[in-house]
Amino acid sequence: MYHAIVFLPLIGFLIAGLFGRLIGARGSEIVTTSLLVVSAVLSWIAFFQVGFGHGTTRVQIATWMASGDLRVDWAFRVDTLTAVMLVVVNTVSCLVHLYSIGYMHEDAHRPRFFAYLSLFTFAMLMLVTADNLVQMFFGWEGVGLASYLLIGFWYQKPSANAAAMKAFIVNRVGDFGFALGIFLVFVLFGSVGFDAIFPRVADLTNQSFHFLGRDWHALTLASLLLFMGAMGKSAQFLLHTWLPDAMEGPTPVSALIHAATMVTAGVFMVARLSPIFEYAPVALTVVVVIGATTAFFAATVGLVQNDIKRVIAYSTCSQLGYMFVALGVGNYGAGIFHLFTHAFFKALLFLGAGSVIHAMHHEQDMRNMGGLRKHIPLTAAAMTIGTLALTGFPGFAGYFSKDAIIESAYASVAHGGFASSYAFVLLVAAACMTSFYSWRLYFMTFEGKPRWGADAHAAHGHDAHGHDDHAHDDHHGHGHDHTPHESPWVMLIPLAVLSLGALAAGFVFKDAFIGHDFEHFWKSALFMGKDNHILHAMHEVPGWVVASPFVAMVLGFLFAFYCYVLRPDVPGKLVAANPALYKFLLNKWYFDELYDFLFVKPAMWLGKFLWKKGDGFVIDGMGPDGVSARVVDVTNRVVRLQTGYVYHYAFAMLIGVAGFVTWYLVARG
Amino acid sequence: MMFGFGILTGLLVLPLVGAAFILAQRGDEASVDSNARYAALAATIATFVLALVAWGRFEPGNAGFQMVETHGWVSDAIKFKLGVDGFSFPFVVLTAFLMPFCILASWTSVTKRVREYMVAFLILETLMIGVFVALDLVLFYLFFEAGLIPMFLIIGIWGGKRRVYASYKFFLYTLLGSVLLLLALMAMYWNAGTTDIPTLLAHQFPVGMQTWLWLAFFASFAVKMPMWPVHTWLPDAHVEAPTAGSVILAAILLKMGGYGFIRFSIPMFPEASQYFAPFVFALSVIAIVYTSLVALMQEDIKKLIAYSSVAHMGFVTMGLFTLTAQGIQGAMFQMVSHGLVSGALFLCVGVVYDRMHTREIAAYGGLVNRMPIYAVIFMVFTMANVGLPGTAGFVGEFLTLLGAFKANPWVAFIATSGVILSAAYALWLYRRVMFGELVKPELKGIMDLNNREIVILVPLVLLTVWYGIRPGTILDAFAAPTEALIKNYQAALTAAKTAMLVVQ
Repeated sequence: MYHAIVFLPLIGFLIAGLFGRLIGARGSEIVTTSLLVVSAVLSWIAFFQVGFGHGTTRVQIATWMASGDLRVDWAFRVDTLTAVMLVVVNTVSCLVHLYSIGYMHEDAHRPRFFAYLSLFTFAMLMLVTADNLVQMFFGWEGVGLASYLLIGFWYQKPSANAAAMKAFIVNRVGDFGFALGIFLVFVLFGSVGFDAIFPRVADLTNQSFHFLGRDWHALTLASLLLFMGAMGKSAQFLLHTWLPDAMEGPTPVSALIHAATMVTAGVFMVARLSPIFEYAPVALTVVVVIGATTAFFAATVGLVQNDIKRVIAYSTCSQLGYMFVALGVGNYGAGIFHLFTHAFFKALLFLGAGSVIHAMHHEQDMRNMGGLRKHIPLTAAAMTIGTLALTGFPGFAGYFSKDAIIESAYASVAHGGFASSYAFVLLVAAACMTSFYSWRLYFMTFEGKPRWGADAHAAHGHDAHGHDDHAHDDHHGHGHDHTPHESPWVMLIPLAVLSLGALAAGFVFKDAFIGHDFEHFWKSALFMGKDNHILHAMHEVPGWVVASPFVAMVLGFLFAFYCYVLRPDVPGKLVAANPALYKFLLNKWYFDELYDFLFVKPAMWLGKFLWKKGDGFVIDGMGPDGVSARVVDVTNRVVRLQTGYVYHYAFAMLIGVAGFVTWYLVARG
Repeated sequence: MMFGFGILTGLLVLPLVGAAFILAQRGDEASVDSNARYAALAATIATFVLALVAWGRFEPGNAGFQMVETHGWVSDAIKFKLGVDGFSFPFVVLTAFLMPFCILASWTSVTKRVREYMVAFLILETLMIGVFVALDLVLFYLFFEAGLIPMFLIIGIWGGKRRVYASYKFFLYTLLGSVLLLLALMAMYWNAGTTDIPTLLAHQFPVGMQTWLWLAFFASFAVKMPMWPVHTWLPDAHVEAPTAGSVILAAILLKMGGYGFIRFSIPMFPEASQYFAPFVFALSVIAIVYTSLVALMQEDIKKLIAYSSVAHMGFVTMGLFTLTAQGIQGAMFQMVSHGLVSGALFLCVGVVYDRMHTREIAAYGGLVNRMPIYAVIFMVFTMANVGLPGTAGFVGEFLTLLGAFKANPWVAFIATSGVILSAAYALWLYRRVMFGELVKPELKGIMDLNNREIVILVPLVLLTVWYGIRPGTILDAFAAPTEALIKNYQAALTAAKTAMLVVQ
């Protein structure tokens, strides 16, 4: 069964990729989507079997490579953590496949699109089923490749190509750390397989390792290096810059890869390696700080963005920060729980946004929307559910997982010290901002007066309005009118299913993930040290702590309601009053500019310098050019190739001999 | 064994038979050219088939030399001795495998002096195989140096605009190294009384002498690799060489340096190797970072790939001198995979060069619009070049870095940064050539791959992916000799240490 779950998407990729032209777009859609549906159904079966039944299974497939004492297998490790990820990945992926049939129906390259989606799914499944670090790295880079291909799917757009490259390269920076982490783990444990590593971690608690000129606590160093990989993939603070740009890809891609699955790979990795991280308290503190900073930072940027997808992208970044805080304070179950619920409501928000964009004929700027609820009521309802779940409205999915994280952060203050207090304050602040920007998105899109097209003048006409959306529309040659239209059923069904998930996933599974069924559900999949009492501690926090995220959420909602429904002139005034702050946030804290200045420009300058001056001037100038220029002169004069060649042979040999003799004499003399 | 000659002699003779047949052709030019093409293809395919037969007889678990044959030659001490082991045999197969592709790649692009061109390639094949099967130092030297001549001619006659400059630069560099190699060779004969490689492998050279011999060998092999800072001949040679010449240069000729290190420098001069390992590490990591940065800024597609080759060879030298199982096997694997991948990349460049007669990156853009199949294939090789797991490029990089981390974490730290830079230059190249809208008027009529080109490239795609997923076939061939090498190396070092203690 596990073979089928993992390899059916690969088969789909191969069929659609190789024979896409033969079977056509419709054929590719049907093949890939139906294979994914089978995979998803099997995943749910596996989830209940593993989560509520037997424990870990290992499935050996083949040997990948063996060298000396290194042995890397292709193998599946299926435990509850894997089963949760299988469900998340395959459910969202199959819904996104289905949704894309509607969303992409105008695109000429659908076989390629569906092939990429299935390739991504396969790589992600290899990642979550990995039984060793190297196979995880295979999936890790494989999803990176799929993400690169899908962000750059519309390859004629220069901005999409740039974003795709950026995503791959920034991820490689993280992978640089990940790779070093794998090497260190291998040096420490003599293996890269989880089964061999985990039982031996406790023996190495006092081990130190000399690296880059200083002695490190070996497990802390390994954890930090591996976490660097997680930071790249999960777009954490400092390595986050690629994620907003990744929105250049088609919207279903954003939902699948850049919200629900791939970006959570870092969270999955830390949870998978919890047996190592538990013995590296310093590394866990770093995880908390980075996570909290990301949660706060991304939320601030999300406040002012006008592109509907970018708002959700920053929201994703921010929510990933929450997950890392949960992991960092030792509450791995809560981190994965939030990953699980987030997958549903964030995919829902993205697909809902896609439905809006579809309705608006590829308009993404919220300033040109408004009043859409009347036109696309089902999408509006889905977005409402997603927003309620994201902001943590009681009863919805996000409420259970997010509040658990905030409570854990507070509960760990007792022994976590400053980092936990820092995290608690920032997370509550971020919760308030999350609520504000989510409702801002909702109000700007669905409420108020329409700011799009001809409705402002209650007339239809192309010439009077040179809006982008109109131009775009004409370009596509649509025959129908410009009133936004509700999406077809293939797009609405996924929205409905995900809405159900956003409503119920938290309530139904909370006991298993973080409640009293914790032990029974997770079994050995998550490791918690003897001193880790976070599960109890988080239930014993004071009442005001429990209430704080709710209060923050309500405040955010009220402020958004005030600004965008009651007094639409307020945001403009706020911007006018704080131009510097607004620009700072709008430009994402100037990270792109900073990195361009710090890394991109110097690398290019250095490359040019080394090429022209290093290779050209110094090496060639000293060496061959001086000599060979003479030789070529001589050849030209002597004319005949053979003569020059012999002459040159003798000449060079003489130089060599002279040099050697001189050297010999000098060194020996 | 036919007439006392074994299968390895057959591998050396078959291409020569083809060359002789081509030279014997008479008649009008068109038919001679056509016959030369088909004869060369037949000869290279026959050689490859014979290499496969040899593969069937090869025992990967055996660390010693196999299929050994000895014939009288210069004297009792200097014999015509052939044989292969796990280190050399994969390169024999790789050479024989790539030659038919080179002939096919030159099918229509070479139009002048076709007969001589094919003869040059066939002789080159004999000489390259000879390097890997020779078990006598003098014989090795002959093959090693003689290989320069056909390559020099291929670049100098069938090359691009600056072919004379490039071929001289190539010749000058490689010859300078080989002069020292010749001196070292004489010194070794003087000391050991034989040039028989298996005997020399067991011979203990005095420590002081090892240093000089190591340096002399290094001078030759470092140029061949090429290592920084003696790499500048490679970009020029690649740029000017015809497509097939670039393929052979990148895929096989560069590997002779690495092969030399593993065959001679490390096992014969263990103390010197240990002494100089930090020096090699330094040059290797400089090569990786420096040439990757330089590759980033190249304006010529072939030059970019040439610089990336230098960076990849940096991983090889680094891996070899870690003297760990992973480092050595990874380095050897890297050489084979780089042979496939860089060879394929040069073939890919040849495809567009044949159409547009320019290698300027700026002259392209948006090719994916008209050449989707080409774009897919080029993407596979780009990703292999970047070292994406699941392609052959990953295995070697990963293992060498792992070995380096064991030997010296600093080295691994700097070298691993190469994976970021390689992604940057490779993807940027791909973006500039392939993506975007196709706006340049010259490119409007460009055609996708024809059947001949698909036949050339698809097998390479399949192998690149297959060896990325199941590298065992090649990796295991290196296992037994690597183990033996490390054991002997450690034993030699221990012996030397004991001797030192006794003297003190």
